[in-house]
Amino acid sequence: MSEALIFELSSPGRRAAAQAPVEAAAPTAIPAEFLRQDIPGLPEVSEMQVVRHYTRLSQKNFSIDTHFYPLGSCTMKYNPRACNTLAMLPEFLARHPLATQDHSQGYLACMYDLQEILKSVTGMKGVSLTPMAGAQGEFAGVAMIRAYHLSRGDTERTEILVPDAAHGTNPATAIQCGCTVREIPTDKNGDVDLEALEAALGPKTAGIMLTNPSTLGVFERKIEIIAKKVHEAGGLLYYDGANLNAILGKVRPGDMGFDVIHMNLHKTFSTPHGGGGPGSGAVGVSERLRPFMPIPVVGKDGDQYRWLDENDLPQSIGRLSAFMGNAGVLLRAYVYALMLGPDGMTRVAEFATLNANYLMARLKDKGFDLAFDGRRATHEFIVTLKKQKQELEFTATDMAKRLLDYGYHAPTIYFPLLVPECLLIEPTESEDQATLDAFVEAMVAIWDEAKADIDKVKGAPYTQPVRRLDDVRAARQLDLRWTG
Amino acid sequence: MSQIPAELKYTKSHEWIRLEADGSLTIGITDHAQEALGDLVFVETPEAGQSFGSGDAAAVVESVKAASDVYAPVAGDVIGGNEVLADAPETLNDDPYGEGWIFKLKPADAGELDGLMGADGYADFLKSEQ
Amino acid sequence: MPFIPHTEAEVSRMLAAIGANSIEDLFDEIPENLKVKSFDNIPARRSEMEVSRLMHERAETDGQPLCFIGAGAYEHHIPAAVWQIATRGEFYSAYTPYQAEASQGTLQLIYEYQTMMCSLTGMDVSNASLYDGASGLAEAVLMAARANRKVKEHRVLMPASVHPYYRACAKAICDAQGFEFISIDFDSSTGTTLLESLKAYEGQAISSLVIPQPNFFGQLEAVDQLTDWAHAQGALVIGVVNPVALALLKAPGQWGAQGADIVCGDGQPLGAPLSSGGPYYGFMCCKQQHVRQMPGRIVGRTVDLEGKVGYTLTLQAREQHIRRAKATSNICTNQGLVVTASTIHMSLLGAEGLRRVASACWHNTRKLVDALTSIDGVEAVFSGAGFHEAVIRLPKPAADVIDALSKRDILAGLDLRAHYPDLGDALLVCVTETKSDADIARYVDELKAVLGA
Repeated sequence: MSEALIFELSSPGRRAAAQAPVEAAAPTAIPAEFLRQDIPGLPEVSEMQVVRHYTRLSQKNFSIDTHFYPLGSCTMKYNPRACNTLAMLPEFLARHPLATQDHSQGYLACMYDLQEILKSVTGMKGVSLTPMAGAQGEFAGVAMIRAYHLSRGDTERTEILVPDAAHGTNPATAIQCGCTVREIPTDKNGDVDLEALEAALGPKTAGIMLTNPSTLGVFERKIEIIAKKVHEAGGLLYYDGANLNAILGKVRPGDMGFDVIHMNLHKTFSTPHGGGGPGSGAVGVSERLRPFMPIPVVGKDGDQYRWLDENDLPQSIGRLSAFMGNAGVLLRAYVYALMLGPDGMTRVAEFATLNANYLMARLKDKGFDLAFDGRRATHEFIVTLKKQKQELEFTATDMAKRLLDYGYHAPTIYFPLLVPECLLIEPTESEDQATLDAFVEAMVAIWDEAKADIDKVKGAPYTQPVRRLDDVRAARQLDLRWTG
Repeated sequence: MSQIPAELKYTKSHEWIRLEADGSLTIGITDHAQEALGDLVFVETPEAGQSFGSGDAAAVVESVKAASDVYAPVAGDVIGGNEVLADAPETLNDDPYGEGWIFKLKPADAGELDGLMGADGYADFLKSEQ
Repeated sequence: MPFIPHTEAEVSRMLAAIGANSIEDLFDEIPENLKVKSFDNIPARRSEMEVSRLMHERAETDGQPLCFIGAGAYEHHIPAAVWQIATRGEFYSAYTPYQAEASQGTLQLIYEYQTMMCSLTGMDVSNASLYDGASGLAEAVLMAARANRKVKEHRVLMPASVHPYYRACAKAICDAQGFEFISIDFDSSTGTTLLESLKAYEGQAISSLVIPQPNFFGQLEAVDQLTDWAHAQGALVIGVVNPVALALLKAPGQWGAQGADIVCGDGQPLGAPLSSGGPYYGFMCCKQQHVRQMPGRIVGRTVDLEGKVGYTLTLQAREQHIRRAKATSNICTNQGLVVTASTIHMSLLGAEGLRRVASACWHNTRKLVDALTSIDGVEAVFSGAGFHEAVIRLPKPAADVIDALSKRDILAGLDLRAHYPDLGDALLVCVTETKSDADIARYVDELKAVLGA
């Protein structure tokens, strides 16, 4: 069933009257030149219409709460309900970001504790919680690397090394920080090509951005050698925390030699993805980058918590949001961390890894090709349909769309770009064996369908609110708002 | 098999180049390139007066899932871009060597053209890439 | 084990299928010396009940003082339905709608949101949102430089009447790309930007002019004249606006002869609780001709292979996952959940509800300012039209007054000394529709007591 647009439910003069002030005279003293003459085209609907419309729209979504969601690199694990409830206590919701210190001690205590927990579990020496998403955490990290070099008068270090398998945000971030990007190739086993790395290192090297485990779903085994070589060349190491779930409580980026990391709290610390945000990209730093952390940071004087700002951190890269980032998301991450404890965090990595290796073993057993056969899966792994594409014209997109009909959200497809027809599969620790087994059966059944009738698979999905959408038309004939 | 007109010059980044009677160059992307990119949804053409060195990114072609640079095959000044593509990027898919040209260039040194591939060379290059 | 369903029997079966003896075996590619043995500062795990108790205690510590601070975060009534629906699992626990067919709910909602924002701002196009208003302004500055092809210089005119944290954030984000921000002073009597103070830049290469409406002091800027001046100079106009105020104020699309080019601001007043500063969202709208320079996600309407209407992310070739180093921005997420709440909020209020909210804010602010300025030694710093904030000068150090009132459970306003020392003991106050006459009277009485007036 298609759902009309909220504007199409609108009738002139209808209102949800209880939700606005009962009376409000027009402002008398604002001169006409400042006032608008037209009435904004918001819908005129009743409260029940609104509730029904958006409830129905919600039912057109796949979500973790309704479906297995093995979207690689996104860590779609269960979002505990308590995290939401406790972050939405009335006092927390009502707290103004610029409230006085004596009306802030409860909130600041939570943030201070969270900073300490994140420092400890990542092995870093300082944490700033302000970045509002992974990409902003990356920005903060590279900006700190730049600020560090500049503070030493090292003005020539402007080149950021990025493995070719990296997330697109890595090169985009380096450019936004005024750096240039140099790509480092990956060897056939999925590790960074050390020879190419050595050739690239030099007096222009500002640093390297690494995801470990990498986006290829394998642990970078030579990380200590890489860290040593980059540091010897005068560069710093940036840890992209996209895959932190794979090693939480098992290995710490700080111990691997990283100077700065960002953590996607909406992945590893289970805050909601919310249909595409809000995220949270807290950063952790080594001792030498502490002076450059983005402000504000929570500090403690005796038993009083307070904000540290530019007066405390004069070398800070500055402010990345109006206040302190996605505060409510941070509360959710804090509640999650408290319910896990140190052992629970280690178990996150262990069971995420167990599930990924199990799923990988089962799919291999059924004849699917692995991109890096012979290596351990981390918390995710890659299946390539290169063979199926050649033999049957059966592509990763076809598999993804048909999985929707079987009641599974698709894995990440066509990323990383290095592997043809790839499915990046991340089951997370939340799923039980039966769910994984059923998913394997679905993949096998779809492959069988493709062998029998490829057109049927290419027509998928059949059970969703819409069939495959014409995205060429969407881009050529832009229709970005309703015009009646 | 994609078309490779005999009278044109080619680059390894899949541009074609036609030397016009007045010494100017018309540049587009090959049939092979448009096929590999799929349905184009946007083409960003350079403006008249812009100067490029050989190999500089001069235009961008976008499909739904990819964006690729189009490079200046030789150094020169832009005479103009193909305005038809702004509203009808599909023209490039339909007629890559004709109505779907991308921009015209006044070469700094016509001799630079000698370094480009002919039709046979490009055909061999495509084979070697597969 | 919290949030892990596995039974011991399951673990054994799964290890057998993998061919491993233990879970630890699965980590055998990690050098042994790197494995962590214990942590120092992570408290032992607690039950949901215990954590709940702790969080309630912490929340109660902060209390709920009567709040007269605005300064970029505004307390408004949020209808009960808004967050009840927004936190439904299908919205709360979904991800970015990359698989459009399985995300039509989120996608249609964003299309509706884009339509609402275009209508409020009077612009052609809206994106699906950015992180917040301050970082959104930074993105708008970067976007204006890309869109204004005629001006190569990255010079931006930034009035001092723009929120100080917005200015700081724009600087932090744009600095590395060589942007020069030129501060424009405000008129000391009206607190607004005068055309005369821009004259010095006439004929110079300027990428963009930022115009706040209302500005940080709550004052209304002469947007028409400023817009026309900027366009005459070949600069683009970036409007930074409060979306609730737009229920009353001229839409940026109608500023001057041609309208603003890019409009941004914080969407918080449209359904997001104060919540210590986030999550909020940054909205961004622009003229059609600049759409390809816009950062962030955009949803478009299209059809499926049977011709049925559907929604999908579009113009993705601008974004980092395709364009990588050449992307318009490194942004990948929007603030989807807050946009969800906001779209429901706008639907419930409608234009009339939003107008009533804005009007009530305006009247309440006048009431407070009138009452405060009748106290001996208290005066309004600026004259002229404003919205729901005002600057008040106190006869005693503002910091001391704020402290004293805080102990009486009133957040009196924001001390402006750190950002505008020339204004003396100035306090930025805000009154929204949430304050009753009794609340306002209480503030006035308590302030009198503190001042000994």
